[in-house]
Amino acid sequence: MSLLKNREALLALAILVLLGLVTTRFAGFVAPSNLALVFNDTAPLMILAIGQMIVILTKCIDLSVAANLALTGMVSALLNGMGVPLVIILPAAILLGAALGAVNGLLVWKVGIPSIVVTLGTMTIFRGIIFLITNGKWVNAHEMTEGFKALPRAMLLGLPVMSWIAIAVILLATLALGRTALGRAFYAVGGNPHAAVYTGIDVGRTQAAAFVISGALAGLTGYLWVARYAVAYVDIAGGFELDVVAACVIGGVSIAGGAGSVAGAVLGAIFLGVIKNALPVVNISPFWQMAISGSAIILAVAFNAVQSRPKGRIILKSAEAR
Amino acid sequence: MSILTPRVIPDRLQSPLARATKSWEALLLAVFIAVFVVNSFASPYFLNAWNLSDATFNFTEKAMIAFAMAMLIIAGEIDLSVASIIALASTAMGLAMTAGAGTPVLVLVGIGTGLVCGAFNAWLVAGLGLPSIVVTIGTMSLFRGISFIVLGDQAFTGYPESFAWFGQGYVFWVFSFEFVLFVVLALAYGILLHRTSFGRRVYAIGNNATAAAFSGIRVARVKATLFLLTGLMSGIAAVCLTSRLGSTRPSIATGMELEVVTMVVLGGVSILGGSGTIPGVVLAAFIMGLVTFGFGLLNVPGIVMSIFLGILLIAVIALPRLFSRRGLSRK
Repeated sequence: MSLLKNREALLALAILVLLGLVTTRFAGFVAPSNLALVFNDTAPLMILAIGQMIVILTKCIDLSVAANLALTGMVSALLNGMGVPLVIILPAAILLGAALGAVNGLLVWKVGIPSIVVTLGTMTIFRGIIFLITNGKWVNAHEMTEGFKALPRAMLLGLPVMSWIAIAVILLATLALGRTALGRAFYAVGGNPHAAVYTGIDVGRTQAAAFVISGALAGLTGYLWVARYAVAYVDIAGGFELDVVAACVIGGVSIAGGAGSVAGAVLGAIFLGVIKNALPVVNISPFWQMAISGSAIILAVAFNAVQSRPKGRIILKSAEAR
Repeated sequence: MSILTPRVIPDRLQSPLARATKSWEALLLAVFIAVFVVNSFASPYFLNAWNLSDATFNFTEKAMIAFAMAMLIIAGEIDLSVASIIALASTAMGLAMTAGAGTPVLVLVGIGTGLVCGAFNAWLVAGLGLPSIVVTIGTMSLFRGISFIVLGDQAFTGYPESFAWFGQGYVFWVFSFEFVLFVVLALAYGILLHRTSFGRRVYAIGNNATAAAFSGIRVARVKATLFLLTGLMSGIAAVCLTSRLGSTRPSIATGMELEVVTMVVLGGVSILGGSGTIPGVVLAAFIMGLVTFGFGLLNVPGIVMSIFLGILLIAVIALPRLFSRRGLSRK
């Protein structure tokens, strides 16, 4: 456990160094108000990364999160256009997201298709559904009510509501993963599925639960995304699933399952968020962002491998040659 | 997933004919014929040699990569960076063109860039022992990211006229260069996977890498070779695609890695490794190409086609498992 803590401390240190470097070029970047902006801008990535982390813990992967976000975001915008009040839209978005996640989960659990194939398929299907229900039309800012757009930006105790939602998700996820049977089951299933079966954990059902959680968080983010950027169309958050996986990998979540923490995933997301927000400030073309986050993923995964090399005693784990 | 299901070994083997009719390839062939017949009835323009020849462009480039990807997935690894390798190779060709390189040099640059990218993946996965799915998600961003750094929102255009032959030329009658190359590569990969000891090693590694290592197979070396082959195929596909489009943008071939993986999985290759055939991938390529082409003739928007392919991907894997639990033993 001290190793894991160590890792998150290292990542936090890396973020501080990064902030320090940016400060040498532009001192205003580390002003509390700007850091709050960066945090707020990274909130969707943090929320999705937590959901993705839970899925990866169980040895699965959810490539459909961004498409789920886009579909629920579009449905939220359309509901808003039909005059449905926000108190119904928000739970509806979360429920729809959870239902889409459940589709993934059931295909993995009941049909036994590998998660990467399932979510590769549902990723295109979800985006396609948006096209089918909208005919490719956009929902623009003027077609959304003020209340719909205002919620994520509303200020509460000096921070926008979107930041508070991210903080709430972080706290809830930390509690759920550390203090509930299901939370521990996610780790057990990924750490050693055979041993998990013998302790009475249903591996498939736990994996399905992970997908439902990931889907629900994607649904929540869908509303937040559309309301914040005040636009909804087929391709919103295109390719964002890779950023989400990247945040997890940088945060030390093992793709082999069973290892990772909420703090790691959040720090991984913040690391990417700081890079994204710092590039324009230090006069580097935003076109560099993709290559930088790609390099960050490769470095992080190499770092993970080096750190986890002296593996502890894991019983019943099948030996893997490389 | 049925982790604890024991492997069933039947008392006696089925007759070769019975096995052939129950095989995945037979199912794909039936789907292929069905798609062909439905298309012929749905559109009067379908049964035309030139139109069908045009249809092959829908899948030849993807299929070239899919052959190498199939072997990689059979060996238990995956390469999600193939589309980004195309982008980088195409960008490199654009730079070479700007520097005044002729067609032969352009081709070499494209293929060479593919090999270098493949070697980088090979080093990370086979050399350092990192998980291929994350590594290639990383290199996917890195390779395309470099293209974006070079090009930004610009594009390379004005490739030499002789260069256009690779993507637009015809070898004889309706058979395009790309289609002939596709057939040659299909034969080459079919022989490599099904008729050589290298192919047997690939299956051995995919079924049990540890046992393969203990039986004297250099697992890392075989995997490195497979990543190099995938890089090489992406380089060749980059030459064809760039030549066909006549321009290079950093967003070229976006999302193609998913179509390639779909093609491979549709072709009956187990995503968990250890089983699959090249003829299956060839049939899957034809099916995807004809479906895309048929929908195109009927004016169905591209995104609706992608829904259909997504459903097809899940359905072809789910249906056999749902109808007979024997499907599970396919792993």
